[in-house]
Amino acid sequence: MTTPAPPRLIPDRLHGRTTRALRSWEAILVAVAIAVFIANSFLSPYFLNAWNLSDATFNFTEKALIAFAMAMLIIAGEIDLSVASIIALASTAMGLAMTAGAGVPVIVATGIATGVICGAINGFLVAGLGLPSIVVTIGTMSLFRGVAFIVLGDQAFTGYPPGLAYFGQGYVWWVISFELVLFALCAVIYWALLHRTTFGRAVYAIGNNATAAQFSGIRVARVRFILFLLTGLMSGIAAVCLTSRLGSTRPSIATGWELEVVTMVVLGGVNILGGSGTIPGVVLAAIIMGLVTFGFGLLNVPGIVMSIFLGALLIGVIALPRLMRRK
Amino acid sequence: MKLLRQRETLLALVILASIAVIATRFPAFVTPHNLANVFNDTSPLILLAIGQMIVILTKCIDLSVAANLALTGMVAALMNGAGVPLPLILLTVVALGAVLGAVNGLLVWKVGIPSIVVTLGTMTIYRGVIFLMTDGKWVNAHEMTDAFKALPRHVILGLPVMGWVAIAMILIFAVVLTRTALGRAFYAVGGNPHAAVYAGIDVGRTQFWAFVISGALAGLTGYLWVARYAVAYVDVAGGFELDVVAACVIGGIAIAGGAGSIWGALLGALFLGVIKNALPVVGISPFWQMAISGTAIVLAVAFNAAQSRPKGRIILREASQ
Amino acid sequence: MQPVLRLRGISKSFPGVKALSDVQLDLYPGQVTALIGENGAGKSTIVKVLTGIYQPDAGTIEIDGRAARFPSADAAAQAGVTAIHQETVLFDELSVAENIWLGHAPRGRFGLINRAAMRDGARRLLDGIGAKIDPDARLGDLGIASRHMVAIARALSIEARVVILDEPTAALSHKEIQELYELVETLKAQGKAILFISHKFDEIFRIADRYTVFRDGQFVGEGAMAEVNEGQLVQMMVGRSVDQIFPVRDRNIGAPVLTVSGYSHPTEFADIGFTLHRGEILGFYGLVGAGRSEVMQALFGITTPSKGACKIAGQVRVIRSTAEAVEAGIVYVPEDRGRQGAVKGLPIFQNVTLPSLGAVSRAGFLRMADEFSLARDYTQRLDLRAAALDQDVGLLSGGNQQKVVIAKWLATKPRVIILDEPTKGIDIGSKAAVHAFMAELAAQGLAIIMVSSEIPEVLGMSDRVIVMREGRIVDEVAGDRMTPETLVRAAAGLAVAA
Repeated sequence: MTTPAPPRLIPDRLHGRTTRALRSWEAILVAVAIAVFIANSFLSPYFLNAWNLSDATFNFTEKALIAFAMAMLIIAGEIDLSVASIIALASTAMGLAMTAGAGVPVIVATGIATGVICGAINGFLVAGLGLPSIVVTIGTMSLFRGVAFIVLGDQAFTGYPPGLAYFGQGYVWWVISFELVLFALCAVIYWALLHRTTFGRAVYAIGNNATAAQFSGIRVARVRFILFLLTGLMSGIAAVCLTSRLGSTRPSIATGWELEVVTMVVLGGVNILGGSGTIPGVVLAAIIMGLVTFGFGLLNVPGIVMSIFLGALLIGVIALPRLMRRK
Repeated sequence: MKLLRQRETLLALVILASIAVIATRFPAFVTPHNLANVFNDTSPLILLAIGQMIVILTKCIDLSVAANLALTGMVAALMNGAGVPLPLILLTVVALGAVLGAVNGLLVWKVGIPSIVVTLGTMTIYRGVIFLMTDGKWVNAHEMTDAFKALPRHVILGLPVMGWVAIAMILIFAVVLTRTALGRAFYAVGGNPHAAVYAGIDVGRTQFWAFVISGALAGLTGYLWVARYAVAYVDVAGGFELDVVAACVIGGIAIAGGAGSIWGALLGALFLGVIKNALPVVGISPFWQMAISGTAIVLAVAFNAAQSRPKGRIILREASQ
Repeated sequence: MQPVLRLRGISKSFPGVKALSDVQLDLYPGQVTALIGENGAGKSTIVKVLTGIYQPDAGTIEIDGRAARFPSADAAAQAGVTAIHQETVLFDELSVAENIWLGHAPRGRFGLINRAAMRDGARRLLDGIGAKIDPDARLGDLGIASRHMVAIARALSIEARVVILDEPTAALSHKEIQELYELVETLKAQGKAILFISHKFDEIFRIADRYTVFRDGQFVGEGAMAEVNEGQLVQMMVGRSVDQIFPVRDRNIGAPVLTVSGYSHPTEFADIGFTLHRGEILGFYGLVGAGRSEVMQALFGITTPSKGACKIAGQVRVIRSTAEAVEAGIVYVPEDRGRQGAVKGLPIFQNVTLPSLGAVSRAGFLRMADEFSLARDYTQRLDLRAAALDQDVGLLSGGNQQKVVIAKWLATKPRVIILDEPTKGIDIGSKAAVHAFMAELAAQGLAIIMVSSEIPEVLGMSDRVIVMREGRIVDEVAGDRMTPETLVRAAAGLAVAA
């Protein structure tokens, strides 16, 4: 007599929490962040000062706000190169609202709403019409900033009401700026959205294999549309912060930010081809970029040298694991 | 002649129609002299669009072309300042441009990094190198020799040399793309990489050569640009890479690779060039240019996508008749 | 007569599957040899061995009596063996002439491609096969039949002695098929040895001189077409293999669950109507390209039918997306597992819970413990073999990936499950597990549609079988009429045997 074999038990996880954490990309980023921090504190006596460190956060908070949404978009296999142009258009809309005599709440709402509308336009073109996002957003990148140029030409909006300054220059408590709080808040929200909700799961599924996701009952077009909407929303919020911090709007505002945001996302371990990446990775990448920029600033190294470093870092961090695997 | 396929013909008609409309109100725009100027002015865009088009054919993208142009242009200006003879400068810029392109190509081919990441990185690095070489200083007109500045502006048969260079490159690459094994391999690699392998074509190597060509053309353009505008600095042609990609997209080069012609790239560049030069003539603020080209890109993408929608399988006998 | 190509004792195994076991094949000059067998008989494997894509584990290949080896696709081409595959993939953006000559184009001055010579050569090759195609036309503008002709011309641009035609007529219209037959005659007259792979008996009898039959990766027999009839061939082809045992089922068929009427699509299928009951397994048989998967994908909301209605449990439902199909209780296990099945890159448990995210979450927030317990539950029921549930599903074998896909759908508690070629390309062990599980599900009252091209599977598992041909239902078979002969004849469009 043979007894039927009991059902095979499959363990939930292959490795424990610690092993997984240590093997992760984030672990490398933490190490890099600590190294940069220590290097900075040795290189400059001004670095370890609470107010200086607080200033350093302004280098990355606004870009990081967009990077959170961009990370989800890239994980889903799309990209939005129009984010900096959305900032320009949203900031211009804020200027128009101010000129029309609106108060601070309306100005802020105008900026955010403009961002959402721009995101909806991108979303419609990509998710609705099925066009490739990289070229669509190269197009809307010209279009959105182009509208800002039509409105402003070589002029600028200045003289925003003093109440607006809080969003880009205000402090919540001691050295903790409003932008830093917003950054932390959005980090938590996007972490939860990507890693803890059904929506986030759909994003990963679409990024790994959009066809199979559709064949699993996922509403692929709807998810893509929402992702563009979110990226537009975050660009609108970033526009409010940046406009507030600068106190003026020029059509050339935030030029080149799209590439910095994408760099931040990729440095954070998000696969540019979609399918993988985490919000903590993006947070760490933002902090590293901020610390490096600030450290170079303290050493009087010009910004462009810093960009060489970031360019090399971008290629290096992606090349290294690929070259190691080949061995 | 089946040289011009439908979308190229359509684009050519759009360009001719807009020139015609402008001509009814502003006849001065269509004088041969002015048209030659418009073409000459568009030449750098045409030159870079040729290279970009080849890269896009192979399913890649090169965002470093403008930075490459700025770097080689600066090297040309510095060599000129050091008294190096012009022919040697020309040779150097092309070779240097090709090397910068080869760096991109090797990272794509041998390391397997997506081209958008590679060239995003190298575009900042190449511009940064200019700063390291010059400490951010400009090389101005008075620091350049007359011969250095004169070459691209020298007029032959009503068209400056820069324009003739663009024409020559179009002709050369029209032959390369249609008449050489490498040229056809660009199309095969982008159109169907799996089948290309079966036809004995190395996908990575072909992409590498696309980047080398794109780089060499950017190097050549670097000299022409710096000499013509008689100034070299870190931010020369800042953001120009996106105009170049836009020209290709408007010209019907499929971003997914494998489809498009050099005539498309030429027409896409001319379209942007005509708009840029016509706006001030017709009295529209030049600030409209950006929005117009953005709209053109979106329309072009939508048009191309509508044309190439995949057809389903035909199973029913009556449907196959 | 001496064969041009002679294969002896060829074996080829893949992990878990013995694709070919000690098979032989002879091809003679100026003759067409038909290779006959069901799906999974090893036909495509032998084609890949012949074209240098697979290396056999054992056996010899002889050309003109001399031993040969094909370590690469190039080597096979050099030896004069060339194949035209089922899915002809060439280059849409290149011209016809360029597609023919890519990689070995004639050169002229300065090493440039000699376009005139290329065009002339292409025209000569196309004329040689009687194809009226402009060598300068863009390939993407051609219809499927002309693309086939170009593929054939490309194959002939190499001095080929052996030409393999792998289901060349599967996607062609009637008129195009006639043209292809003429081409085969031309090639025969040129003395080429032709291997012709087809499921369609009418064409095999029309053009083949000899036949070779494979079954389950083994050689069954060969001979001259003149000495055999349809019945004998069908017998050799389907002769029930002893090692496949199907589960004994309690047939307990209940009320109608799904009623489809008049489903039509402009190009893919027309007038599809059937009723599916609780506890029933309904088989869909037909040749590859008969439109079965297309019908199923329309039911699942991937495409939208132009006409027709679909009733589920008595209610008319309009299904415009897969999400709506899942809501309505219809789920689909696709044939193309790599592209449409499991989401590779995601771990097993996330694949299983993907369509049931609502059930393992509260207010949109996922509950990890619920996810694992759901995944554990269903993967164990299917006897999944995996190291851990957080393992990437892409690391599993084909059979285990299929189990994950089935588990994913069962977790949604569907009313109707459609299985499209559920055991294609998976090992025997997993096959039996899938079959046993299907029987268990039917016993529990689930309504099952099984699309399959394997006759033993269709007959062994189904309560009823619908046969499709060219996008239409041509027969419905149940009870005593459920025999291999009936199915093969209906699918191939042959008259019913007296």
